[in-house]
Amino acid sequence: MHILAWALQILFVPLLAPLGVGIINKIKAKVQRRQGAGLLQPYRDIRKLLHKDEVISEDASFIFNIAPYIVFGITLIVGASVPLFTSVIHLPSSDLITVVLLLATGTFFLALAGMDTGSSFGGFGSSREMTLSALVEGLFIASILVLVILHRTTNLYLIAGSVHLDYADLIAVALAGVSFFIVLLAETNRFPFDNVDTHLELTMIHEAMLLEYSGKKLALMEWASANKLIIFAAMLVNLYFPVGLASNLQFGTIALAITIFIAKLLVVYVAIAVLESVIAKLRFFRLPGLLFTAFILCLIAIGLVK
Amino acid sequence: MLASIVSPSGLIILFSIFGIGGIGTTLLRGNNRAQNLWAHIFSITGALWGLIFAASALISNREFYVNGLATSFPFLSLSFHIDKLSSLFIIIICLSVLFCSIYGIGYVKSFYGRYNVGNYGFFYNLFIAAMLAVVTSSNGILFLFAWEIMSLASYFLVVYERHDHKNVKAGYLYLIMTHAATALITLAFILLFNHAHSFDFNTIRASVPSMSMALKNIVFLLAFVGFGTKAGIIPFHIWLPAAHPAAPSHVSALMSGVMIKTGIYMMIRLFLGILLPIPLWWGLTLIIVGSISCVLGVLYALTEHDIKRLLAYHSIENIGIILLGLGGAMVFYSLHLPTLMLLSLAAALFHTWNHATFKSLLFLAAGSVALATGTKNIEKYGGLIKSMPQTAILFLIGAMAISALPPFNGFYSEWLTFQSLIHGVLSGDILVKWVFLGGLVSLALAGGLALACFVKAFGSTFLARPRSVMAKGAKEVSIWMRSGMAGLAVLCLVLGVASAYIIKSLESLGREITASPRAGLITSVSSRQTLQIGHNFGSISAPFITVVAVATPLLVWFVSRYFINRHQKITSSPTWDCGTDITPRMEITSTGFARSLTMIFQPLLRSNLSYDTAPAGSLAPTSIVATVGIVDIYKKYIYGRMYSLINILSIYFKKIQNGNINAYILYILLALIIALAMGI
Repeated sequence: MHILAWALQILFVPLLAPLGVGIINKIKAKVQRRQGAGLLQPYRDIRKLLHKDEVISEDASFIFNIAPYIVFGITLIVGASVPLFTSVIHLPSSDLITVVLLLATGTFFLALAGMDTGSSFGGFGSSREMTLSALVEGLFIASILVLVILHRTTNLYLIAGSVHLDYADLIAVALAGVSFFIVLLAETNRFPFDNVDTHLELTMIHEAMLLEYSGKKLALMEWASANKLIIFAAMLVNLYFPVGLASNLQFGTIALAITIFIAKLLVVYVAIAVLESVIAKLRFFRLPGLLFTAFILCLIAIGLVK
Repeated sequence: MLASIVSPSGLIILFSIFGIGGIGTTLLRGNNRAQNLWAHIFSITGALWGLIFAASALISNREFYVNGLATSFPFLSLSFHIDKLSSLFIIIICLSVLFCSIYGIGYVKSFYGRYNVGNYGFFYNLFIAAMLAVVTSSNGILFLFAWEIMSLASYFLVVYERHDHKNVKAGYLYLIMTHAATALITLAFILLFNHAHSFDFNTIRASVPSMSMALKNIVFLLAFVGFGTKAGIIPFHIWLPAAHPAAPSHVSALMSGVMIKTGIYMMIRLFLGILLPIPLWWGLTLIIVGSISCVLGVLYALTEHDIKRLLAYHSIENIGIILLGLGGAMVFYSLHLPTLMLLSLAAALFHTWNHATFKSLLFLAAGSVALATGTKNIEKYGGLIKSMPQTAILFLIGAMAISALPPFNGFYSEWLTFQSLIHGVLSGDILVKWVFLGGLVSLALAGGLALACFVKAFGSTFLARPRSVMAKGAKEVSIWMRSGMAGLAVLCLVLGVASAYIIKSLESLGREITASPRAGLITSVSSRQTLQIGHNFGSISAPFITVVAVATPLLVWFVSRYFINRHQKITSSPTWDCGTDITPRMEITSTGFARSLTMIFQPLLRSNLSYDTAPAGSLAPTSIVATVGIVDIYKKYIYGRMYSLINILSIYFKKIQNGNINAYILYILLALIIALAMGI
C-alpha cells in the first residue's frame, strides 16, 4: 500500500493535469454558448505534439533544447512534493521555501528559452514573465507565511495535516487564501494576468516564450504548465482548507481522500473558469496594483494571527 | 603535525609568501611573463598555505595569540589572534584568491606591454596579505594599519588601467569614501581606547561591562557606518559600483567577493564578540538597513547595462542579505535566545562564504566576456553562448547560485536566512515581529528581482544573436581563465551539497565567537543527510535535492527521446518573425528587458526617459534619440549637498591659509601658549 501511495503521489499531477485544463476549457465554452472540445482534448493535443517532427531555430543554443526537460522535470518534483490526497508521506523537498525556489528554477529556464531564439516575441514574453514572477514571489511567500506562523512549521505536509482549527484564525486564513488565489492566477498565467488562449503579440506572456517550440518540446512545455495549475490548485485547497486528507495509508481512506481531493480541485477549476468568463484581462501595468492589494491582505492576515 | 602548522611560524610563513610574491615581482623588471608567473605562483602558493593553515586550526581546534612583538611605534604591537572566526575568513579569502590567481595568469597577459605588470604583482600580493592581516590582527592600531594598506593597495589596483580616465575618477571616489570610513573607525577605536586604555581587543572586551550605554551606542554608530561603507550598504555604497568595475576583473572578484566581507567580519567581531551585551535596537537597525540595501541594490542592478556595475550592485544586495542574518543574530542575542542567535549567525556566515564563491565566479566570467569582446556594455553582447560555450555555462552556474536556485550553494544560505527570519517573526513582541517581517518580505522581493536581473544578464549576454561586431568576433578565453572559473563553479556545487554539515559547524563556530558555550543548537543532521531546524520546523536535504534536480530532467529527456516517437525528424530553420528578415536589432535589449520593472518601481528609482529629436526646424525629424536613465539620488541629495557644504567651509578656512609667513609664526605661538596653558 505504501508503494502504491507513493506511485499515486508522484503520478497524480502529470496524469490528471491535462484533464484540469480540459475542464476549464469546457466550462468556458459552455458559458460562451459553444459546444467546446471534449474533456480529453488536452491529452489528444499532447499525444499529437509528441508524435510530430520538430523545427528548431538556427539561433537556438542548448538552453532552448534542455529547458523543456528542466521545466517539466521541476513540475514533477514539485508535484510529488506538495500534499495531494494524504498528509502522511512526504519528500525532503516538501518545504515552503524549497518549493518556491524550485518553481523559480523552472521560470528561470522558461524565460531563458524565450530569449534564446532572438525573436522579439520571446524576448518580450520573458521580460513580462520575469516582471510578474519577481513581484509574485514575495506575495507567494507572504501568503503562506500566515499558515507558517499559525502552525509553526514550513513543512507543507505538517501544515496540511494539522487538525488545529481555531475559529479566531479563520478570517486570517481566508484572507491569506484569497491572496494565494491571486498568486495562483499569476503563476499559472490565468486571467487577469495573462490569456493562455491568445497569440496576440501585444498581450501574451507565457505563450510568447513558447512560440518557437514545436513537437515533443512544445508538448512538454504545455504539459508542464498544466502541471503547474494543478500544483497551485492543490496547494490552495490543501493548505488553506485542509479537510479530508488521508491520515493513514489504508486503501479505503485513500480512495475516499482522492475523491474529496478531486472534488475540491473541481471547485477551484470551476472558479477559475467562471472568473475567466466574466472578467477581462487587466492592462499589464495595472497588475502590480492587484498584487499590492493582495499583499496588503496578507499583511492584515499576519497582523490578525498571534 | 597540525600543531606545528598552527603556530606563529605558520602565520609568518603565510605573510612572507605574499611578501616575496609582491617584492619579487617588482625586481623582475621588464620581463612581463616572468612577472606574471611570479606574482601568481606566489599568491596561489600563499592561498594554498592559508587553506592548510586555517583548516588545520579548525580541525585541531587550536587557537593561538602572537604577542609581544612590540615595535618602536607607541601602541602598535604586532599581535595576532587566530580563532575560529579568523580561520573561517582565512578560508573564505584563500579559496577566492586561489581561483582568482589561476584566472589572473591568463587575464594579466592582456596587460603585457601596456601597463607595468610589476606594479600589479606588488599591489595584488600586498592587497591579499593586508586582507589576511585584517582578519587576524587583535590590536586596534595594527588592525587600522592593515585596513589602510588593504584600502590603498586596492585603490592602486582600481586605477591600474590608468589610461581610461573613468577608472582614475572611480579610484578617487573610492579613496575619499574609504578614508572617510576609516576616519570613523579610527574614532571608534580611540573612544574604546579612552575607556579601556588599550588597543588590544581582549583588554577592550574585558573593560566593556563597565562602559556607559551612551559610549557604546556612539561606538556602534561609528563602527556601523565605518565598516558599513566598506561593506557597501546603502546609502554609503556610492564608491562600490564605480570602483569594482574599474579594477582588473579578478581583482574586482576579490574586492566584491572578499574585501567587502572584511567589513562584515569586523561587525561580527565587534558587535557579537567585543561589545556584548548589546541593546535591541542595534540588531533592529541592521535588519532595517539590510532590507533597504537588498531591495534597492537589486533594483539598481536591474537598471544597469554595464555588466560589471550590474554585478557590483548585486554585491550591495547580498551584503543586505548577510546583514539580515547578522542583524537577526544580534536581535536574538538581545532577546536572550542563544539558539536562534546561532542559527541566524550561521545563515549570515554561510551566505558570506557563498557570496564570496559565486560573486567571484560571476566577476571572472564577466571579465572573460569583457576581455573577449572589448566592451562591458551588455547591449553590445548577444549570442556569446556559441562562441564561448564554457564561459556561458560557468556564468549560468554563478547566475543560478546568486539567484538562490537549487542545487547550488546560494539556495541553502538563502533558505537558512528565510528560516531565521521566520523564527524572528514568531518570537518577539510587536516591534520585533514587524521588523523581521519587513526583512522577510524584502528578502523575498529581492530574490524575485535578482532572478529577473540574471535572466536579463545571462539572456542578453549569451543568448540570441550577436548585436555588435565585437560580439561576433569573440573567442573563448584561455585555459587558465576557464580553470579558475571552473574551480569556483565546482565549489558552488560542493558548498551546496555539503551545506548541512557546513551549517552545523558554523553554528558551533558561532558559539565560540559569541562566548556562549552553553547555547544549544537548533539544527540537527539526520541519518538521511537532512538538515532539521527545530522539532519539525523545517528541513532540507541537500543530497536529495541535488540528485532529484539532476535526475528528473534527465529521466524526462530519456523517456521522451527513446520511448516516444523515436524516429522524430528535427529540422533547423530561421526564427520566425512574421515574414520579415530577422536582424539582431529585433532582439530585446537589456534596457528593454528591465523596462517594465523600472517603470513599476519608478517612485523608488526615479528613472526618466527623455527624447531628443534632431535636427530642429525640419518638418520630419531624421533621428530620435531616447535616453533612459536613473537619477542618482544619493549623489544629488546627500553627497552633492555635503560637497557644497565642505566647499563653503573651505572658503572660510582658506582665509587662515593666507601664505604669509608671519601669520604662520603667530599660529605656532598661539598653539604653544594653548598647549602650555593646558599643561598647567
